[in-house]
Amino acid sequence: MVRFENVGLRYGTGPEVLKDLTFSIEPRSFQFLTGPSGAGKTSLLRLLFLSLRPTRGLISLFDRDATRLARGEIAALRRRIGIVFQDFRLLDHLTTYENVALPLRVSGRDEAGYRAEVVELLQWVGLGERLHALPPVLSGGEKQRAAIARALISRPELLLADEPTGNVDPTLARRLLRLLVELRKTGTSVLIATHDVALMDQYDAPRLVLDDGRLRVAH
Amino acid sequence: MSEPRRAAEAKPARDYGEPMVAHVHPILPDDTVSGRSLLAVVAIMTFLAGLTIGAVEMVHAAAGAWRGDMLREVTVQLRPMPGRDLDADTRKAAEIAKSIAGVADARAFSKEETERLLQPWLGNADLGALPVPRLVQVKVDAQAAPDFDRLRRALAESLPNAGLDDHHGFAARLAAIADAVTLAGLAVLALVLAATMLSVSFATRGAVAANRTIVEVLHFVGARDAFVARIFARHFLAVGLKGGLIGGAGAAALFGLIRLAAPLFGSLPGEGAAVFLGRFALNMRGFLWIAAAAAAMSLITALSSRITVHRTLRAID
Repeated sequence: MVRFENVGLRYGTGPEVLKDLTFSIEPRSFQFLTGPSGAGKTSLLRLLFLSLRPTRGLISLFDRDATRLARGEIAALRRRIGIVFQDFRLLDHLTTYENVALPLRVSGRDEAGYRAEVVELLQWVGLGERLHALPPVLSGGEKQRAAIARALISRPELLLADEPTGNVDPTLARRLLRLLVELRKTGTSVLIATHDVALMDQYDAPRLVLDDGRLRVAH
Repeated sequence: MSEPRRAAEAKPARDYGEPMVAHVHPILPDDTVSGRSLLAVVAIMTFLAGLTIGAVEMVHAAAGAWRGDMLREVTVQLRPMPGRDLDADTRKAAEIAKSIAGVADARAFSKEETERLLQPWLGNADLGALPVPRLVQVKVDAQAAPDFDRLRRALAESLPNAGLDDHHGFAARLAAIADAVTLAGLAVLALVLAATMLSVSFATRGAVAANRTIVEVLHFVGARDAFVARIFARHFLAVGLKGGLIGGAGAAALFGLIRLAAPLFGSLPGEGAAVFLGRFALNMRGFLWIAAAAAAMSLITALSSRITVHRTLRAID
């Protein structure tokens, strides 16, 4: 599904922040991406999400060479990927319902066709009572759940999450993790970037460890 | 995860109280500051364009009316000449004119009438001693104008002291002035349009930059450039339509007021404006032109923003 071969990344003329990354993400897989702050986790997620291009190496995404995509193709591939940002990136002038429905709205689907689906998912992440709330009045945990719901609503083949449990209490964190693990059953591959060791200990999954721009796989 | 999904598919949408949940907010908030200032710019530009178009149309129509009036009438002038009877010559000139096809009427001004015409300039002086020329007013059939050269030749054959003034020189100068005013108006219009396009481009760039977060999020959730450009273009078309409507209505209202006030101008002592400009009012065609200008401004706003958004989007990602 995703394959990195000797991928390197540098910003401008600075030093390489990612060096010789070689790994793959298989369909229906679940893995953690971890490492100290500043190790390059977010940069790696951005490469996976096509918002950065590598300075060297090969990235293959859904059997396409990700380094040679036209603008139109990037949008099509992004619809197959869901992403949860560390800072949520919810739109403040849209309600929780509208934020979560955004990927479907953007894809041109009729609202009547997905309304129930969005409401159901919001109820499931515990935001059933907050459908009309605007993000500025949501708590950190509620924003987090809304961001996760938005990433899941279009049933992506690959889900990338940057510290998805960083703002929630341990009980909810466990619940969200269970939800993310279960996604595998629907055919979604999941990559969770976190440095929450307690969270990783709850589920036995391969850990991609980034350290000083280099990657190793631990179990 | 699969369970809630299955449940969602199984339940009909109405179970969730459809009227309660719906998209109520546009993806792009429409009350941004840049949107308001752009609205003002488009409204002002449309107003200026409307004024220019209205003024050009008024001059154009007035010039056409003057030319028409002038060409409906020519004058035969009879200079006093030793040994010639001016009264007889005047009558003869009127007869010659009437014999030419296309002349509707010819009226000889009597000595008294001629002197009355001169009275405002010369006062009640005794004009008997002055060699005052005499006039024959020749009314021309508007549908079939006469052959002026033939009239001129016919007059020259029998009356050596007759001259024909068909006002062509004056009409040509008038046409030149009217054309110059029209050209100047078109140049002003072109400048107004160019300024509008530039302002809209700047405003669009500003709006895209101000809404960069929205653009990024839309990209992340898989929106194509065309989709993003479309919501911006729709936003700016609405701004353009509003601005065009306000500016166009303002210009039309001003000309409407002038039209209503025209009789007042006409009744002023001297009737300066009315005499010089004819009916000092914009005709229906002028109002239609203003409406067309307002529509064009809306379109220009939408088009320039669309082009700018596409350019800016390529730069953002």
